[in-house]
Amino acid sequence: MLMPKPDAAVIARRRDIVKALRAIVPGEGVIDAEDEIRAFECDGLMAYRQLPMVVCLPETTAEVSAVLKYCHDNGIKIVPRGAGTGLSGGALPLADAVTLGLSKFNQILEIDFDNRCVVTQPGVTNLGITGAVEHAGFYYAPDPSSQIACSIGGNIAENSGGVHSLKYGLTTNNVLGVEMVLMNGEVIRLGGKHLDSGGLDLLGVVTGSEGLLGVITEVTVRILRKPETARAVLLGFPSVEDGGNCVAAVISAGIIPGGMEMMDKLAIHATEDFVHAGYPLDVESLIVIELDGPEAEVDHLIARVRAIAEECNATYARLSESEEERLKFWSGRKNAFPAVGRISPDYICMDGTIPRAKLAEVLKRMNELSAQHGLRVANVFHAGDGNLHPLILFDANKEGDLEKAEAFGADILRLCVEVGGVLTGEHGVGIEKRDLMGTMFTEDDMKQQQRVKCAFDPGHLMNPGKVYPTLHRCAELGKMHVHHGKLPFPDIPRF
Amino acid sequence: MADTLRPETDAQLLDAIKWAAAEKTPLEVVGGGSKRAFGRPMQTAATLDLSALSGIETYEPHELFMTVRPSTPMAEIEAALAEKGQHLAFEPPDLGPLLGGAAGVGTIGGAVATNIAGPRRVKEGAARDHVLGFHAVSGRGEVFKSGGTVVKNVTGFDLSKLMAGSFGTLAAMSSVTLKVLPAPEKIRTVLIRWRIDGAYDHAAIQAMSRGLGSSYDVSGAAYLPAAVAGLSAVDYIRASGDGVTAFRLEGPGPSVEHRTASLRQELAPYGEIEELHTQNSRTLWREVRDVQAFAGRDDLPFLWKLSVPPASGSKTAFRILEQLRGEVLYDWGGGLIWLALQSVADAGAGIVRRFVAEVGGHATLMRAPANIRAAIPVFQPLKGAEANVVKGVKEGFDPSGVLNPGRMYEGI
Repeated sequence: MLMPKPDAAVIARRRDIVKALRAIVPGEGVIDAEDEIRAFECDGLMAYRQLPMVVCLPETTAEVSAVLKYCHDNGIKIVPRGAGTGLSGGALPLADAVTLGLSKFNQILEIDFDNRCVVTQPGVTNLGITGAVEHAGFYYAPDPSSQIACSIGGNIAENSGGVHSLKYGLTTNNVLGVEMVLMNGEVIRLGGKHLDSGGLDLLGVVTGSEGLLGVITEVTVRILRKPETARAVLLGFPSVEDGGNCVAAVISAGIIPGGMEMMDKLAIHATEDFVHAGYPLDVESLIVIELDGPEAEVDHLIARVRAIAEECNATYARLSESEEERLKFWSGRKNAFPAVGRISPDYICMDGTIPRAKLAEVLKRMNELSAQHGLRVANVFHAGDGNLHPLILFDANKEGDLEKAEAFGADILRLCVEVGGVLTGEHGVGIEKRDLMGTMFTEDDMKQQQRVKCAFDPGHLMNPGKVYPTLHRCAELGKMHVHHGKLPFPDIPRF
Repeated sequence: MADTLRPETDAQLLDAIKWAAAEKTPLEVVGGGSKRAFGRPMQTAATLDLSALSGIETYEPHELFMTVRPSTPMAEIEAALAEKGQHLAFEPPDLGPLLGGAAGVGTIGGAVATNIAGPRRVKEGAARDHVLGFHAVSGRGEVFKSGGTVVKNVTGFDLSKLMAGSFGTLAAMSSVTLKVLPAPEKIRTVLIRWRIDGAYDHAAIQAMSRGLGSSYDVSGAAYLPAAVAGLSAVDYIRASGDGVTAFRLEGPGPSVEHRTASLRQELAPYGEIEELHTQNSRTLWREVRDVQAFAGRDDLPFLWKLSVPPASGSKTAFRILEQLRGEVLYDWGGGLIWLALQSVADAGAGIVRRFVAEVGGHATLMRAPANIRAAIPVFQPLKGAEANVVKGVKEGFDPSGVLNPGRMYEGI
């Protein structure tokens, strides 16, 4: 993975930079000792590591603003970092950049039940928000698997999803407002406790911008009342096709479950060995469907789902009879990654989305690719919204295995795009899929996206080298190629 | 020079904008034209009429998406979806009559460009939340796309959000892909008729907060003060002679019945509880969605759309109405205030914006004569740093300012 060439002149000024940062962020908020900055050398994509030039952990918006202004004025790059759980390398440090961590922004500022929202600092964990409101029966809906550790600021940067995003939406559908600091140190507020501000939806484009547009220092999210009840059904099928068809049939019947997850045989066996969730071992694919709402609705829908499953050749069906059992059903799915980690020295997790109808076809071709690359793949998906998480098993100690796994992963993502899907459903592009952007977007598509970046950060100082394979200068992106003089479009009807 | 360009193909659309960009000729971008009076009036040399770019390109009910050309009439889309038991969950209003035009001429391009949403906004989001992707020609005269046809997609910046609500100032879409969802099987409305003295607005806001904060999955919460309720086509509401608070419940039959009963019980302390079934519910929520009470009202020439924290809705409206004469309708549990004002200097902008700012929100001038819309900001005025970003975004898409220049902000 080729990163932008570090600026030797900036690195040469490291001592001065550290001193200047210490003048802004007092105490232990600036970290420059090598053994201490090592903790920041990677995020959840651990195959890539790089020591940051220096780590800065401000505590207030004013400090963030002053740090960014200083870096802006002195041409120093910034890599924003939340909890460091991201899976695409979005927080991978740069050798000539300040890693700006938001971990000290860890307070919930306001709980407002009347307006059904929470105002919080960005370093609070996803689950921490639910924890703060569940005594009153409320929760924050998006639930990425890392929710115990990942921060809400990072969720906004990545537009995180989760098991329940099928019914309750992604982060972008649940964020009401942010305060953010631009690269030049200016502070702006987008949205608030109200909906749809009118004007250009900058909040919408900031969400999912992977730390390229600004540093978020405050967040307002909407909270929902917990459903009265939730029950999960386990369904086993004799083939992956049957399972895939069942997913499509449930959606086609007009049912949008709270969650609908699927696992293939390798993933089922790995998780059952690990957490003993009670999964059947004699099926080729397993679906977990959760229905939530009032009891009357849940009972009604479960009956319909079971009937659909029977038509789709389900050979196994089990309904959770208690809250404990429901959580047990989920424990397998939620532990699928570490479970797979137990059966292989290493794995990489991919994250494409495909049209639901292509599920069986993609799995078949993925197995062919598996044979071709000589590496095993276990599959867990957010089946309801077609979001695949193929886990490619490899051994990093084996010469060339990582490269093989990455090539396999890239082939899977190309396959996703080929069947009408996309490169990443919820993990982000980061550095991991950066060089595949061209399979989905034309040069013009990407340039138009980068022009948005230019409106926020014309100097490309904020998290450069991420998301986009080619860094174009903003001056170059702004140029217009026009041809005057000719009277065009003789065919366009005019009046 | 041609006054109106009416491209019939993507290639012609590209040619038209390329030409305008080269010649720096500002264009007014128009689809069905039903929202032409929404936004600032413009000085444009020509009109880019997209009405020929119409029709459904792809509809895949099982994949829950539909790709359409920008000028496809809403009515055509709704009919195609209804055939498969689906709908656009953001419930796009028909604002034609409200803005002084005809009903039923709105297009999907206009709905997206203005990022509108009906009462279901509180549960399902606005147009912005339902655009999965699009193809467009930027003001630079370049074809580009963003997004795709799947819901879960974080590949690159989410330009769909920017396009929604950009009033045609960034690019002209040649197609847009929308998320579609199963339409509810059954609809009920629970009503509260107040039996306390005085104005009920504050109590209504409280009750709506309780309903929306319940686990009964309320998909609409509106308060119709007496003057508005008196105009309803639903007999019970019109005859009530008083303000009415309405809660909508939708979903599978058994679920709706259960939730209706539970909500009735929860709201009983507030007043007299009544219930509307499917047909009357549809009528009522269409009236709320399209703000029919304030359509064709010569006595109330100015119309504001106020977006505020829901619990501050009545307080905000009361403060404004202490100083200005008009009527209100509350939707989104109080978070959306339709404020219709009698004739007043500056459309009441100074007072309206002051009280909205106090609670933290946004005020948009939806309806006013062109000279007023030219003189005072239609959208919430931008502050320093944000104004620079907005300017920068506009320049990134349309550096020559040829697409709807000045429609949203003066000089942008």
